[in-house]
Amino acid sequence: MAQQLCINQGECRTGQFFALLALGGLVVLGALFAFFTLEHHGHILTGMNNQIVWGLPHVFAVFLIVAASGALNVASIGSVFGKQVYKSRAPLSGMLALALLAGGLAVLVLDLGRPDRLVVAMTQYNFKSIFAWNMIFYNGFFAIVGLYLITLMDRKLKAWSKPVGYMAFFWRLSLTTATGSIFGFLVARAGYNSALMAPMFVIMSFAYGLAIFMVVQSSMYRWNGLRLDEGVRRRMKNLLAVFVGASLYFTIVFHLTNLYFAKQWEFERFILLDGGIYTKVFWVGQVVIGGIVPLILLFMPRSKDAQSMCFCFLAPFLVILGGVAQMYVTIVGGQAFPLVMFPGHEVQSSFYDGVVNAYHPGIYEWLLGLGGVGVTFTLTVVAVRVFKFMPQDDFQTLQARRSTD
Amino acid sequence: MSDSMNSKLEDRRHFLKTSAVVAGVTLGPGVLFFGVAQSRAPEEGASSNQRWGMLIDTTKCGDGCSDCVTACNTENGLTGHTGPQDSQWIRKVDIKDLRTGYVQSLPMLCQHCENAPCVDVCPTGASMKRADGIVLVDRHSCIGCRYCMMACPYKARSFVHEPLTDQNPEVPRGKGCVESCTFCVQRVDRGDKPACVEACDTKGHKAMLFGDLKDPESEVSKALKSSDSVEVRADLALHTGVRYQGI
Repeated sequence: MAQQLCINQGECRTGQFFALLALGGLVVLGALFAFFTLEHHGHILTGMNNQIVWGLPHVFAVFLIVAASGALNVASIGSVFGKQVYKSRAPLSGMLALALLAGGLAVLVLDLGRPDRLVVAMTQYNFKSIFAWNMIFYNGFFAIVGLYLITLMDRKLKAWSKPVGYMAFFWRLSLTTATGSIFGFLVARAGYNSALMAPMFVIMSFAYGLAIFMVVQSSMYRWNGLRLDEGVRRRMKNLLAVFVGASLYFTIVFHLTNLYFAKQWEFERFILLDGGIYTKVFWVGQVVIGGIVPLILLFMPRSKDAQSMCFCFLAPFLVILGGVAQMYVTIVGGQAFPLVMFPGHEVQSSFYDGVVNAYHPGIYEWLLGLGGVGVTFTLTVVAVRVFKFMPQDDFQTLQARRSTD
Repeated sequence: MSDSMNSKLEDRRHFLKTSAVVAGVTLGPGVLFFGVAQSRAPEEGASSNQRWGMLIDTTKCGDGCSDCVTACNTENGLTGHTGPQDSQWIRKVDIKDLRTGYVQSLPMLCQHCENAPCVDVCPTGASMKRADGIVLVDRHSCIGCRYCMMACPYKARSFVHEPLTDQNPEVPRGKGCVESCTFCVQRVDRGDKPACVEACDTKGHKAMLFGDLKDPESEVSKALKSSDSVEVRADLALHTGVRYQGI
């Protein structure tokens, strides 16, 4: 295996590496351009307004942050639950988690009205705010997962990988719980205000994180002309299917609960039936592309050659698309639905009360949002080039295990 | 005789004149500054002995009248534009009961909640409540994350989307920060009423009463005690500083 890795620069496809780096760098540059433009002119240039206060940048930011904690899942299964197949993938999983979080946080910070006051956000905490707790969880995540990576990659510190792995596991559960609670704690809005938000975000993070891990892993194997062991592929495929199924289950419970509460009927009608773009994105993006189709692909009986595509790339790729769709429906759809101040009344005002709020994301939002993906992509490309992140499978053990499976 | 009488009368007049001047100089400032003495000194912090609040009688609110909105815009240096990205600290909301068809119009502004969601969710503590119940945004520590806008049940907050010019020096605002009604804190601290209330009084509607809810003798306290009033979204138990009659 080792000779396939990009450690020896002579064997590396340097040209292609720099092409990827340039691609990622270009996207990041686009985000920086958007950031400086907005910093100068203000958010007036975006499609965001006083009704839709969180837009496309937040969709990407929250998706990347949630996926970051999920990407660490692979390492956790190795360290916490002792599965060898996952243990050999732990460094890649940890690195991806850090890259995803860095991408997500970059968007979140660059979209602030006053990004120059980041130091205020880092030094003044209102501990009643779940957002403030999130900042602590994000910073801690960098520190703990960074330490975890060191214990995984340094032979002398290998013994520490289990306790630090446990710590990282609980930390990331807390992080996603807190991220879901950002929405769950919004008492006033029909689309949020639910304790289900926290566990739903946790389970969705499992699916999104694993999906991204599988896409990256698949690309790395293909890049190196390798084929992923069938046993490993089958395990990961089944795990992804469980997570996607569980995400769908939580989605169903969330909406069924709302359908039981008369005061939530209008919101459910909006999301499920006549919410225009949000209804379409929910059914087509979140449910069909992000849920049902990947499940069919993962379980559809096929010839061996066809399996590699659907197991390792297409199905998880669709889960990622579905994840972005879910975030769009949750974040933007939740704000587009009019705030109910006077139940049982028709409301109108100069401040767009009582109407479905319009949102048309502009170029700067796209640049910022995709910039987060660019940051993650660039960090990942550099990391897999510089460090030894290629999963190191012990094929003999795998063979033996498969025969007893 | 007449000379001495005249001089006595002159003395008396002089005495009375001097006394009047002395009394005027002594008591005048006391009377003049009585009002000033009622307001807080600038260096004195807001006191929890007071709880500023408002009672809005929707039955008195003029249909089509928006003087409160205009007064607010003038006082606080807002443009008065009503685009989706423009700030509105107070707005007239028309509500129609879907079952009865009864239509009302009322001003909606920051409700200055006791348990304010915007204060709870603000990560840096920029969204804060003064001891006297006025909810404000500290312009120096607001990072522009807009989480408070997500949390506010009354859509009372606005985000400043573009650079500002010609600001009222008493009401600092800034691009990239969130803002909302301050109950005209600069006026209240001087002992005046908020601009919207004053405008409503001037118009003769007297639909908005402002005062100290903790002072049983205040006009607003007496009005609240004499008839029923409600909080908007009372189910959230936010204990708003603004209450409504007639809805």
